[in-house]
Amino acid sequence: MTAQNSSLPEVPSELQGNVHLMPWDKFYNWSRKRSLWPLFTGLACCAFEFIAAAASRFDMGRFGMDIARASPRQADLMIVSGTVTKKMAPQVVRLYNQMAEPKYVIAMGACAISGGPFKEGYNVVSGVDKLIPVDVYVPGCPPRPEALYNAILTLHAKMEGEPIKSLRWYQKDAEDEGVPVPVLGPDMVDWRLMEEAATLEESK
Amino acid sequence: MNDNETQVSQPTVELLSALEGRFPGAAQPAEYEGVVVAPDQLVDVAIFLRDELGYDYLSLVTGVDYPEPTTQFPARFEAVYHMSRSEGGEPLTLHAHANRNDPVVPSVVNVWPSASVHERETWDLMGIRFEGHPDLRRILLWEGYEGHPLRKDWQEVYYEEDNKPFSSRHPEGRPVQAEARAPLGRNLRYPPGWSPKAWKPEAETKVYSPFDEHIGGNGRSMATDQIVVNFGPQHPSTHGVLRMVARLDGETIQQLEPVLGYLHRCHEKIGERNTWLANMPFTDRLDYVCSMSNNFGYAVAVEKLLGVEVPERAEYIRVIMAELTRILNHLVSIGFFTNDLGVYLTFMLYALEERELIIDLFEMASGSRMMCNYFRFGGVARDLPEGWLPVVKDLVYERLPRRLEEFERLLLDNEVFRARTIGVSVLPGDVAVAYGCTGPLLRASGVPYDIRRAEPYSIYDELDWDVAVAYNGDIYDRFVVRFEEIRQSLRILRQALERLPEGPILSGKVQPTAKVPAGEAYGRVESPKGELGFYLVSDGTANPYRYRIRAPSFANLGVLGELCRGHLVADVVAIMASIDITLGEVDR
Amino acid sequence: MYGMGILKTLSVTVGRFVTTYVDDLKWFFKGGFGKRYSPEALPVRQSPRGRGVFTVQYPNERLPLPENYRGFPFHVIDPETGKTRCTACGICTRACPPQCIWIVRATDPETGKAKREPEEFYIDVSICMSCGLCAEVCPFNAIKMNHDYEIATYGRDGGEFLWDLEHLSKSLAHHAAIHPTDYAEEKAEQERKAATKAKR
Repeated sequence: MTAQNSSLPEVPSELQGNVHLMPWDKFYNWSRKRSLWPLFTGLACCAFEFIAAAASRFDMGRFGMDIARASPRQADLMIVSGTVTKKMAPQVVRLYNQMAEPKYVIAMGACAISGGPFKEGYNVVSGVDKLIPVDVYVPGCPPRPEALYNAILTLHAKMEGEPIKSLRWYQKDAEDEGVPVPVLGPDMVDWRLMEEAATLEESK
Repeated sequence: MNDNETQVSQPTVELLSALEGRFPGAAQPAEYEGVVVAPDQLVDVAIFLRDELGYDYLSLVTGVDYPEPTTQFPARFEAVYHMSRSEGGEPLTLHAHANRNDPVVPSVVNVWPSASVHERETWDLMGIRFEGHPDLRRILLWEGYEGHPLRKDWQEVYYEEDNKPFSSRHPEGRPVQAEARAPLGRNLRYPPGWSPKAWKPEAETKVYSPFDEHIGGNGRSMATDQIVVNFGPQHPSTHGVLRMVARLDGETIQQLEPVLGYLHRCHEKIGERNTWLANMPFTDRLDYVCSMSNNFGYAVAVEKLLGVEVPERAEYIRVIMAELTRILNHLVSIGFFTNDLGVYLTFMLYALEERELIIDLFEMASGSRMMCNYFRFGGVARDLPEGWLPVVKDLVYERLPRRLEEFERLLLDNEVFRARTIGVSVLPGDVAVAYGCTGPLLRASGVPYDIRRAEPYSIYDELDWDVAVAYNGDIYDRFVVRFEEIRQSLRILRQALERLPEGPILSGKVQPTAKVPAGEAYGRVESPKGELGFYLVSDGTANPYRYRIRAPSFANLGVLGELCRGHLVADVVAIMASIDITLGEVDR
Repeated sequence: MYGMGILKTLSVTVGRFVTTYVDDLKWFFKGGFGKRYSPEALPVRQSPRGRGVFTVQYPNERLPLPENYRGFPFHVIDPETGKTRCTACGICTRACPPQCIWIVRATDPETGKAKREPEEFYIDVSICMSCGLCAEVCPFNAIKMNHDYEIATYGRDGGEFLWDLEHLSKSLAHHAAIHPTDYAEEKAEQERKAATKAKR
């Protein structure tokens, strides 16, 4: 890679074969994107296509991702594959909170994007982005393993474009308490909605 | 068979006369199928049926809500029981009526322990209380949930109309997101007057209630405690989001309870809103590993209501697809089992390679790798494409027998495999039948019950094959049975491929809003995991009145606590993998 | 001898390991280093007769999709009229299981009567389950299932997943290219109908 960035200094001709200059951003992002360890959040049928994507036909090891970690502390990428139900929602949010930064989320399949065909169900959360922030959405029911790889490549493109100086987790005052974990009550209790629910009740 | 007067079938007549002798006045014929029994005599009739008439296997207990009076009976809640003999034969249907205000029916758990999980689900979703059940808690939803969702007057938050197709889609259909119609913008609704300030969550505390009285010392000289430990719901060795709560004494399990409902996607409520045909792609998502089998079960059940004949070519194609699915499922189950044992991916990748080749075939025929949506009422959706048969013959005659032999060489003599599986979690045959287990789990305990032999459907009685049985009931035998079933499936496939006739593949046309004649039916098939049954009640319209799925994995989980007692923590994973469950059908 | 079982297991694993290299060598002798990743090699390696390495090197190699593959729906644009064949009959909206198709039927501005074409047509792809029932029941061959699967996006608030008629329209040539047998049958049917019409 030659110095495409004009802010990089010129390398003298006698050192051209030995010295190689690269912007720090590019190196950091390249090393992050080429070893993105996914978390085992296989909820439903899409989990099977994720397993097929990790199997020998569509080898995930070529992307550095074949080590799917069970513990969220060791994972970088949460592929939410399958329907998120209200009963499972507290665990999904807890897992997201326990992941260490930098962390990314891919919503795989129609159910994770918007509840999918089960949207009207009384126990279904209509999309995982109602709970946690999502980076890439892959439609399909279920999406093919190649579609999942396309999503991962899209995520790589997003990661490449992030300059270090503006990264959230390196800011001086970056305090992240995480997403509030919902609790199971007469219906799923989402703490962020309580004020709105109270005003709705009073207006009746 | 819709005559002017209500036709009562011959088995029902015989049953009624047998019951009249012992319990005069307790029984009368039901509206469509089976017999209505007075609730106060239900347990006695159940004991009579089990001990003297030999109906020792209870498939299903379910509830139906009739807010309006039907032609013969008043408005009521109904508990419906389906049971069979373990020697084979058609199932028997019992109904028990409960009143609308406070529905109570006596529990039959002491007669058939398999009723335990089904009664808990009926209480959870329909609100019928079962008196005498030892632990009537909610099973799919959580304690503290407001309401019983499957009742006809319960509307979900995104409710639009009672039945699909909705009138808002055409001719003036401008898209409105479901969230825009809900008051809170989400799929959430809180009871009026409820506030979180003075409220204590009880969902988690009630999960641990079966363990409360046992926690404490175990009476030995060294003061040790027993602890309660959670497995899951996110854990690499649970086949989906299953949670198990175990009470341990050191490393030994004293008591284990599975906690379900983490993937409860409301199939039954959505199924009542859908049309009959629209339910077919939803059945794919039940046991998502074997979608063709689920389609088969639903098609068999609806064809009982419709009374259509399936053309011969379609029957052969159905059997070919079903047997390929069986091979796929057993290979994947064996591969995942070795993954759980700790081999971590090697054999799982070998199994998944064969799965990829088989689902390539499904993709060529039906259009999708996993969610095939291939069966229709009266046949299959489309014919086999060009070039399909040579590939399938390559697989069935050359590749799969070699792979089967290779897998058997890989596992069955391996000393480590044998040490971990022989003698672990022995399930005696009578206990298995009492708990309603089916599939390889039952056949490994010496009971040769296979629905393809017990109540033959499609063309299984014309083909030459054997039922795979083993006699020790431990994990090793369950896998021996699975390998033998792959061998028998290959035998069936060879015969079906040779005899595949030409001809039509669908009798009639595909009609999206066709009406189905009024009646009820319980159609069941032998899915790779066990007995998959569909209990359907139709009121003559284009939407089902009641749509209940009897999932084999759900029933098989009832015996998990018994199987794990006294074993080590590491064995729990192996036992769970040997039962072979898929959460999509456990939780529906 | 104790341990024979483990040796049998190892024989299988080692056998497979060696086969991958033997298979690679076979392809090398046929045509050099890259031969095993050439387009002729892909269908052989991915068939039941394949041995050795089973991987598809996405994104450099792609598996060819069979004709019946169900991606997401699309409208076939008739080259003569330049518009979709759809007549806004609404059968697809009735067949769709999750009810993700919305149609506004066009009306003639002068007479106020309904015209046989859609003014607006939407499919919510974030709910679509790719079941193909809409394509199966359409009596005018207007909706067919596409072979697209590379449609990942970064967000969904901007209507990325609510596809309107313009987004859903694809040419007849595209339909003929991805569904050759289906298209041949359609043409044969059209010619039969034209022939019976011409006879009268």
